[in-house]
Amino acid sequence: MTVLGIDIGSRTIAIAILNEKGELLAGQVSDSGPRPLERAREMAGNLSSFRRIVATGYGRHGARADFATDLITEIKAHALGARHLFPSCRTVLDIGGQDSKVIRLDEQGRVVDFIMNDRCAAGTGKFLEIMAQGLGLPLEEMVAAASAGDGEITLNSMCTVFAESEVVSLLAAGQPVGAVARAVLNSICDRTQNLLLRLGIEPPVVFTGGVAAIPGLPAYFARRMGLPDLLVPPRPQLVGALGAALYGMKAKKATG
Amino acid sequence: MTDYRKLWSDLGMDLEKHDRLTSALPLIYEEVYLQQPGRPQAMEYFDLVVAEIHSLRIAELVEHRRRGGKVCGVFCVFVPLEIIRAAGAIAVGLCGGSQFWVPDGERVLPRNLCPLIKASVGARLSGTCPYFQSCDLLIGETTCDGKKKAWEVLGEYAPVYVMDLPQMKRPRDLAAWRGEIGLFLARIEELTGCRVTPERLAEEIRLQNRLRQALERLYQTRKADPVPISGKDALLVTQVSFYDDPRRFIDKTEALAAEAEARIASGQGVFPSGAPRILVTGTPMAIPNWKLHHIIETAGAAVVCEETCTGTRFFEHQVDETGRTLEEQLQALAERYLKINCSCFTPNPGRLEDIFRLVEAYRVDGVIYYNLQFCHGYAVEYYAVEKALKARGIPVMKVETDYSEEDTGQLRTRVEAFLEMLR
Repeated sequence: MTVLGIDIGSRTIAIAILNEKGELLAGQVSDSGPRPLERAREMAGNLSSFRRIVATGYGRHGARADFATDLITEIKAHALGARHLFPSCRTVLDIGGQDSKVIRLDEQGRVVDFIMNDRCAAGTGKFLEIMAQGLGLPLEEMVAAASAGDGEITLNSMCTVFAESEVVSLLAAGQPVGAVARAVLNSICDRTQNLLLRLGIEPPVVFTGGVAAIPGLPAYFARRMGLPDLLVPPRPQLVGALGAALYGMKAKKATG
Repeated sequence: MTDYRKLWSDLGMDLEKHDRLTSALPLIYEEVYLQQPGRPQAMEYFDLVVAEIHSLRIAELVEHRRRGGKVCGVFCVFVPLEIIRAAGAIAVGLCGGSQFWVPDGERVLPRNLCPLIKASVGARLSGTCPYFQSCDLLIGETTCDGKKKAWEVLGEYAPVYVMDLPQMKRPRDLAAWRGEIGLFLARIEELTGCRVTPERLAEEIRLQNRLRQALERLYQTRKADPVPISGKDALLVTQVSFYDDPRRFIDKTEALAAEAEARIASGQGVFPSGAPRILVTGTPMAIPNWKLHHIIETAGAAVVCEETCTGTRFFEHQVDETGRTLEEQLQALAERYLKINCSCFTPNPGRLEDIFRLVEAYRVDGVIYYNLQFCHGYAVEYYAVEKALKARGIPVMKVETDYSEEDTGQLRTRVEAFLEMLR
């Protein structure tokens, strides 16, 4: 029988299904919507077909009260997932919809320290989405514009709401879109780097979460941070769900 | 049966608003406290104190004042309660621990201020705290800039006296603090019209030492594995010590400690043996602030000690009882109170030593550094604490939060991830 890992985030829900051998059978990402638990059930399909269902993410407690058999935090889930995809990984950078975190692993892959941003959307995926709206561009085009743009304008506001009005004012003042897009990306990149530096960067660093899935963004971050070997999984949004499913596989061994 | 509504109304309280405040507490208390499995029986008394938090003790204060006695409100563990009592007054702790009072505090204070100050001031402004309403004098102190300036605001609503606490621990600071305690004594004598005699002060010094020893005895039992009492319950006992009649409190706490000792002897605990053991260090948790302890303990770990003002900082160190003259007694009080290692002192190496000692003694697996938002002293001192703990391989995590519930989800994630790391 298969194991289901489900990562219920503030912005998206991801599922990963592993077979007996631990191979990924299916992975899927969808918007959380107004009723994340219902959405999660729909995505999971026939719940009784899974030997174990491990929930992680913001909605993990709700899921366990409802249908999941186990839960782990997204910190552990991302650590397990990243380590599985990149066995030498020592640092995980995860930027999700409403939080960002850095996780340090020891040589055996155990979590030895972690840090999360403080109770606010600044420096997260939601921040980027709102800034892109302010710029009137889809996310990937914002990254492309920033990569092609130049200039060193800085966004002064940390608060997402104020930063959005700052973006609008900069555009109204005649600043080129590319320069403003750069300011947006630099702002989140510098904040992320601060988070990394507070914990200490131990390479290799694996970049996970929805923000890592924006085309061109990891490369932009790697350039600005001077981290040429920033590793990005093929589907960064699935890493938490994958880690949860892997935990379910391990739990099987542990209980015989 | 006392008519408490009349009593509250006589104290000038806003009854309607007060009803809103007190209607929420039983539900929270049920969830946070009463649903804990296997609590010691002797916690019944403390449950009663909370259930009657604005009635039983208030009736005692009212009766004391009816007979001409005075009540002093204090906000900090540096204020020598012995002197207040030796002059015939009652001391009560007034630190606010509820989000309910924060909006009222923000009417006169900046939003970017620690919630404890905002809630304390808000409690007075809203007229919903009968302890505040019962006070003849509020005793402030200069432990932080926020409080220092808040006294000036509070002074518009009630008489305030401020003790100037030094912020270093050189001999001249001890001398200055000794001088402050002398001034304080004079002010309290003026308030009550009673002279403090060496005999009365000696009696109160012994009583407060006994109270500290009772808490120490209870905390000792938390060194056991399995731990016989939850961190939440122990925290509540310390919180209640700031309000309660000291003699009754000592009796009830000793009964609880005796029960906990018996539990250790029979191997009975409130968490399974081997559950992760957490030391909470940092800023105080005024009643009804049980937020962090509740998150930690519902995630399966036990809080086994608090290196906070609602923990060891309140009861460690006794006052020397050998003083026979007021001069000797005031010196002994000054010395004992200046041993408290608050982050308002610079430098503050004693706090690091305290944390190391407690980590060892309470067999702590991980340290959670609790920082009320905008409490800068503790926030900055985290740098030194984190570095020192990590150098010794002791896991530590800082959480910065206020009284609102909006970040409970994020806090829960952090605490659970921290525990996963320890297991």
